[in-house]
Amino acid sequence: MGQFIVRRTLYAIATLFILSLTIFLVVRLTGDPVTLLAEPGAQEEDLAVIRKDWGLDRPLPVQYAAFVKNVLTGELGQSFNYEMPVSTLYFQRLPNSLELALAATLISFLIGIPTGIISAVRVNSVWDHVGKTVALLGLSVPGFWLGLVMILIFSVWLGWLPTSGQGGWRNLIMPAVALGWYFAASLLRLTRSSMLEVLRSEYIKLARLKGLPAFAVIAVHAFKNALIPVLTLAGINLVIMLNAAVIIEVIFAWPGIGRLLYEGIFQRDFPLVQGIVMEAGVMIVVINLLVDILYAYIDPRIRLTR
Amino acid sequence: MTPLLEVSGLRTHFTSFGGTRIVKAVDGISFTLNEGETLGLIGESGCGKTTTCLSIVGLLPTAARIAGGRITFGGQELTEKTSREMRRIRGRSIAMILQDPMASLNPLFSIYRQVAEPAYYHQAMRGRTLRRRVQDLLAAVRIPSPAQRMRDYPHQMSGGMRQRIVGAIALAGGPKLIIADEPTTNLDVTIQAQYLDLLKDIQRDTGVAIIFVTHNLGIVARMCDRMAVMYAGKIVEHGSVRNLFNGARHPYTRALLGSITRLGSKEPLYAIPGQPPNLARLPSGCAFHPRCPDAVPRCSTEEPPEEGFDDGWTVSCWRAAAEPARKEYDRTSA
Repeated sequence: MGQFIVRRTLYAIATLFILSLTIFLVVRLTGDPVTLLAEPGAQEEDLAVIRKDWGLDRPLPVQYAAFVKNVLTGELGQSFNYEMPVSTLYFQRLPNSLELALAATLISFLIGIPTGIISAVRVNSVWDHVGKTVALLGLSVPGFWLGLVMILIFSVWLGWLPTSGQGGWRNLIMPAVALGWYFAASLLRLTRSSMLEVLRSEYIKLARLKGLPAFAVIAVHAFKNALIPVLTLAGINLVIMLNAAVIIEVIFAWPGIGRLLYEGIFQRDFPLVQGIVMEAGVMIVVINLLVDILYAYIDPRIRLTR
Repeated sequence: MTPLLEVSGLRTHFTSFGGTRIVKAVDGISFTLNEGETLGLIGESGCGKTTTCLSIVGLLPTAARIAGGRITFGGQELTEKTSREMRRIRGRSIAMILQDPMASLNPLFSIYRQVAEPAYYHQAMRGRTLRRRVQDLLAAVRIPSPAQRMRDYPHQMSGGMRQRIVGAIALAGGPKLIIADEPTTNLDVTIQAQYLDLLKDIQRDTGVAIIFVTHNLGIVARMCDRMAVMYAGKIVEHGSVRNLFNGARHPYTRALLGSITRLGSKEPLYAIPGQPPNLARLPSGCAFHPRCPDAVPRCSTEEPPEEGFDDGWTVSCWRAAAEPARKEYDRTSA
């Protein structure tokens, strides 16, 4: 088990290195941030001063080294726009995003997993068709459109829910549904196909041959096996919702990380964008590592053979 | 004596393409099985052996249904049972051993848990009694140090051990009938022999009846009292193993017996020409006639009726009575 964790950690470090290089180069393709930092009509000399202040005049390898150093100290550099450490900005916004992401995850679980199981157990029945329709809508209706329609119905026409901002649970419902919608559909599809595969297996046939109640066959023997791929997806979904709920957070004026990223991209705030992407990368890597360890806990084969 | 199991005129059909096409996987078969007896069910792949077994245990796939006939087990009519009643019978009186020992145990549960389940659900055993029971079952299938091994997971065991675990699960409810669907196909030859001996011993100790599904005639000779030869969803010949091996009447049975390898034999191995028929488009008359070396014109137009002989021997073939067993297919050392 120890060796397994060490190896996974080494993979994780390599992944993060490649990510840091990619994001560093990609943000520099978006244009010159100095033109946005300076006042309109600023002279070329003024721009050069700003450029020097932020260290943007240095060669790229030097800038990259500085970025890596900032990541390693955990500070992630100073935001051009806010003139504050990116990590401070990030952790200010994190609780808001976490609140939204957890609510959306809960919604995606409540819709996706039971519907997926019913679809698989009653394959080609009416329930399966309902499930398939939900999945199709979930994957094809964009979350922002759903968000706008919900605002129109529940806020504008019915006046039940506030249109935007953060506050009590009433503010949370619409953004959480709009965000969780797509993920519910993807969980549903994965749960369904995973369950279908397991239900066809010989060990499920043997469980039926033992004369076990249907509940024990499906909920115990089949579900535990079908859960493994679903867990990975759920872990990655959570990270995506946390860090990249850009459009939903903008529509509902939710003060989370997604909106911070949106501002960073518009302002060409290199350290901010780099910092948020790195945080998301670290989270994905850590969640994957946790999911792998959780697998080992569920599946004895992984526990002992690695 | 009333037989333990009596299958009469069983027909199991698969419906596909929204009911437009019917495949008669099992088409009117009848046989009986007494307590403590072993019946071999033989035939090529796709001839309806497994469908027959699944019809008996009531676990047909959703596309299949029993279209006619009766299955009487211990005085009860199984085709009229609800799924709840069948579930109770499956855990206790009828057990089935599946083909693939590598795939038939759940990888995520310990051996203890999987062997304990029938006793837990059907006999409401708990705690120490249950542990004792599992150890006894594992000992009965000759798992060494059962108290330790029952904590293991399936992947920690060899194929032969796993198949013995499956055997222990089959024994858990104290069954009267075990259906063994090619239980040794995926095992090494030496392990096969051990497993067959084990089944024989269990049968001697418990008096359980066994239906042995196989296409290995050597196993039939070794294990079975009687054998039923299936072709295209029908039983074409049925009788005692001794009689059939000494002089089968049906050309198909003779062809099967002729395709056994024998040590020291210089004769070329007999191969049945052609392919097993597509069950959705069966030939007219006797389904075997296109491949039959003895076919006469009548075989392609009229289906042969079942003809009875002494000793419960039945054959469905127009040429059966006219043609005694040919010497080159004969195998006396059954």
